[in-house]
Amino acid sequence: MIILQGLILALIGVAGTAVVLTRKPLAQIIVMSFYGLLLGLMFFAFQAPDVAFSQIVVGAVAMPLLFLLALTKVRRNE
Amino acid sequence: MSLRTRTRLFLAAGMGLLAFFIYGLLGLPPVGQQISGYATKLNSLTVPARHITDTVTAVNFDFRGFDTMGEEYILFTSVMGVLLLFRTQRDEVEEAPRNHAPGRQAPPSSDAVRVCALSLMAPTLLFGIYTVTHGQINPGGGFQGGVILATVLLFVFLAGDYEIFRKMDAHRAVELAESAGAAGFVLVGLAAIILNKPFLENVLPLAPAGTVLSGGTVPLISLSVGIEVGAGILLLSTAFLEEALVLKSKKGG
Repeated sequence: MIILQGLILALIGVAGTAVVLTRKPLAQIIVMSFYGLLLGLMFFAFQAPDVAFSQIVVGAVAMPLLFLLALTKVRRNE
Repeated sequence: MSLRTRTRLFLAAGMGLLAFFIYGLLGLPPVGQQISGYATKLNSLTVPARHITDTVTAVNFDFRGFDTMGEEYILFTSVMGVLLLFRTQRDEVEEAPRNHAPGRQAPPSSDAVRVCALSLMAPTLLFGIYTVTHGQINPGGGFQGGVILATVLLFVFLAGDYEIFRKMDAHRAVELAESAGAAGFVLVGLAAIILNKPFLENVLPLAPAGTVLSGGTVPLISLSVGIEVGAGILLLSTAFLEEALVLKSKKGG
C-alpha cells in the first residue's frame, strides 16, 4: 500500500510539473484533466473514496469542459 | 524593478515559504496511523444512531448538514452569477451557430464519438441515479451523482449536433429543478422545526442499515442535492456552450 501511495504521489509531482510546463492552452487542458484523474486515484489510494469520487467528476470532467468551452470562445473572438 | 532583483526577491520569499511549509509538514500526524477522537466518535455513532453505513455521507448530510446546506447555496449563487453574466445583452443579437466560413455548416460529430456517446448514455444515467440514491450505503451521494446526471445530457450534445441539443430547450424545467432541489434541503430542515425539533434533525423512521431508505431524512437530502447539483452543472455547461457556439454580435455592428 505504501509503495502504491508513494508511486501515485510521485506521478502527481510529475503531472503537476507537466501542467505548468505545457504552454499550449488546448494541450494544457488535456494534461490538467489527466492530473485531476491522478488526484482522484491518490484520494482512492489514501482510502477516501468519497473525495476521490468528487475529484474525478469535478477535476477530470466538469472543470476541463468549462475550460475547453471558454477557450473556444476566446479563439472565436481573435 | 529589474529582472535580477525580482528573481532574488522571489527566491528569498520562496525559501521562507518552503521553510514554513516543511516546518508545518513535520507537525502533521503520520498518514493513516492515528484516528482522531472526533472520527472515532463518528464511526461508533453512524450505524447505531443513524443506520448509515457510509460515515462520510452521515457527516455531510446529517451531523454537519447545516454546513452542507451553506455549500449547496454557494453552488446555487455561483450558477446564478454565471447565468447573469452570460445573458444576452440588450444590444446583442443571436445568430445561428455556424462555422467561420460563411455558408458552410459545422461538421457533424464523427461516428466513433457518436457511438461512444450513445452507448454510454443509458449506463451513465443509471449510474447517476444509483450514486444519488445510495449515498447512505456506499461512497457517493447527491453531489457526485448530480454531476454524473448532468453529463448524460452532455452526451446528447456529443452524439447529435448542437442544433438538436438547443431544440430540446428545457431551460425553464432545468431552472425549476435547480430551485426545487435547493429548496428541498431547506424544507427537510424546516419539517423538523415544525415538529418541534432542532433544524435538520431527523424526523423520519430509520430503515435497517444497508437498505436504500436507511438514514431517515438523509436519502431525501441527498436526492434534493442531486437534483440541485445536476441541474446547476447542466445550466452552467449549457450557458458556456451557448456563449462559445452561438455568435452574439452587436446590433447594427
